Amino acid sequence: MSEIDKLQTEEFVLNMGPHHPSTHGVCRFVLKMEGEVIKDVEPVVGYLHRALEKICENRTYAQIIPVTDRFEYCTSMSCNMAFALAVEKLAAMEIPERAQYLRIIMLELNRIASHLIWFGTTALDLGAITPFLYGFREREFILDLFEMTCGQRLTYNYIRVGGVARDIPTQFVPKCREFLNIFDACVDDYERLLTENVIFVVRNKNVGVLPPEKAIAWGVSGPALRASGVKHDLRRDDPYCIYDRFDFEIPTCQNGDCYDRYIIRIKEMRESAKIVRQALDKLPEGETRAKVKMVFKPPAGEVYSRIENSRGEMGMYVISDGSTKPVRVKMRGGSYNQLQVIPEITRGHKIADLVAIMASMDVIMPEVDR
Amino acid sequence: MELAGIFKYFYELLVSTGLPQVWVDIIAMVAAAVIIFGFLAVCALFLVWWERKVSAHIQQRFGPMRTGWHGWRQTIADAIKLIQKEDITPMTADRAVFYWAPIMCFVAAFAVYVVMPFGDGLIVSDLNVGILYVVAITSFTIISLLMAGWGSNNKYALLGGMRSAAQVVSYEIPMVVTICSVVLFVGSLSMVDIVQSQAQIYQWYIFRLPFGPIAFIIYIITGTAETNRTPFDLPEAEQELVAGFNVEYSGMKFAMFFLAEFVNMFTVSAIGTTLFLGGWQGPFLPSWMWFLGKTLVLVFILMWFRWTYPRLRVDQLMEFSWKFLLPLSFANLILAGLMKYSGWFNW
Repeated sequence: MSEIDKLQTEEFVLNMGPHHPSTHGVCRFVLKMEGEVIKDVEPVVGYLHRALEKICENRTYAQIIPVTDRFEYCTSMSCNMAFALAVEKLAAMEIPERAQYLRIIMLELNRIASHLIWFGTTALDLGAITPFLYGFREREFILDLFEMTCGQRLTYNYIRVGGVARDIPTQFVPKCREFLNIFDACVDDYERLLTENVIFVVRNKNVGVLPPEKAIAWGVSGPALRASGVKHDLRRDDPYCIYDRFDFEIPTCQNGDCYDRYIIRIKEMRESAKIVRQALDKLPEGETRAKVKMVFKPPAGEVYSRIENSRGEMGMYVISDGSTKPVRVKMRGGSYNQLQVIPEITRGHKIADLVAIMASMDVIMPEVDR
Repeated sequence: MELAGIFKYFYELLVSTGLPQVWVDIIAMVAAAVIIFGFLAVCALFLVWWERKVSAHIQQRFGPMRTGWHGWRQTIADAIKLIQKEDITPMTADRAVFYWAPIMCFVAAFAVYVVMPFGDGLIVSDLNVGILYVVAITSFTIISLLMAGWGSNNKYALLGGMRSAAQVVSYEIPMVVTICSVVLFVGSLSMVDIVQSQAQIYQWYIFRLPFGPIAFIIYIITGTAETNRTPFDLPEAEQELVAGFNVEYSGMKFAMFFLAEFVNMFTVSAIGTTLFLGGWQGPFLPSWMWFLGKTLVLVFILMWFRWTYPRLRVDQLMEFSWKFLLPLSFANLILAGLMKYSGWFNW
């Protein structure tokens, strides 16, 4: 036995988080490392648990909408939408045409805003600070649009059961068109900054490869699933609202690595802008909200509604006993599954890769902890 | 307006007082140290402010605007704040190592300026091994980073310290080989000789095709790595290691690391100016202005890198150095040797 073999060694355990610049909220990773190489990862969740599902049981259906805002605050519109959709399904409600189109516009704008946050934080996590500011510059446009519509910049409480809260102001459409006109050029800018940047490419290619079988087995959805080559998008496969009336592509990639997940989201931003353009062109006049009784009581029953959020499938499972309050609400977010799969694809990578993978999965903690 | 004349006047004034030569030398040395320290302190404060402005304008922001003209007093306020802060030493830290690391870092950054040719005749001491001295002294920075990483007794700091040691050792070699290719042409290690061999603009080493531009690019890349700046800022990678080696430091000790980083950036640019851009040589303006101007251009390029590129991963960093830069710099050295031997471009 040589001298080195006799040395006592300990496993290097690194606690990454809950307060760490790149865990996107309060997530904790327990890393077992050998030097820089990660032998095992264990995500520890629950730091942001706010008992949203339980809160929902004590509120009327109208009061639940603002609670869902906090479910996934980067895309509050989607959360409103998922819940409203579930209740409308339960009550078999007819939604006015204008409200349908407004919903699509808001959802897609919100998807772009959410992807812009992802774009900024991804670049930031890889050490490039400038793209972060660029992404937030364009997001500001969208937030201004939301602010003029519903008065809020983060938790909108805009999409309600039966339609939307109020009609858009007159300057909304021209402002929105103005944004869409510059937006494609902005995405080109982002691509020039990162897509062909040698350092960015070597940091992301072949990092965190998620094969399609594994992605399906772990319940991964959304852009992360499509990056693995599975063409699955609820907007196309299980159309809700009026998505079947729009013409848009569903981008997919083959390798399922961090770089593909990046490419997918960049392409999705362009597609979303396309949808908003079509919706603005077709936007009809009319009512924005169906008649809903002041004391709203949906019939007893169970319903599950799912929509394609920017982070995968967002589902709401609502059980009603015919009273003003639901018996049980279950929220499903895509981030939970994406976080689960991270240890699976991180083992053997370096600590810097964990940051890249976490960023490319676009995990957001409030959606995981609820 | 040549500053060298002013200093010479004061020195002669000192001699004429009739003090013994030993005392004259000591006073002159102390004065030189104080002047350089003052210059570096002002320079670091200026660079911090400038970096904030450059980054802000690259990111379509304004940066500091409220304190003075375009916020120039901001960094002074920051420095005062850092001095006033409580100096915290972690309980589990190795106290001596923890204490000495920032001092060593700052002294290493400071000591380089002994041989820095600021202008015509404006040099503290023209050592005949000048550039070798620079290379040797700047290596001390690594030791201080390792000390900080180890002494803090923090896992992030340790990873940062290890990374910096690995990084600086790997990048030192191509850098020294590249410097050798210039020294080969000059035939002297003295900084003044290096500058004087580039009297005309076509004699600047960056313009000596084909080896010059390659050497300059290698030097800038390795210089960025030596100063631990993006894309090579792995020792303090915010997103991975929070702050790396200086995660446990606060107050004045942190300020020392911080100032040393900016002084090092200035050092790398100043050496680059001396080696490749003709140092203080230039028409019309006083020599020290040329030196400062050229150096600040290089500093700006380093800042530009930082605010554009993402960060490399640690293994890619090593690969880049050992598999690409090192062979390239050796090939370049051979090329320079051939040029020198065959007599091409020996103007």
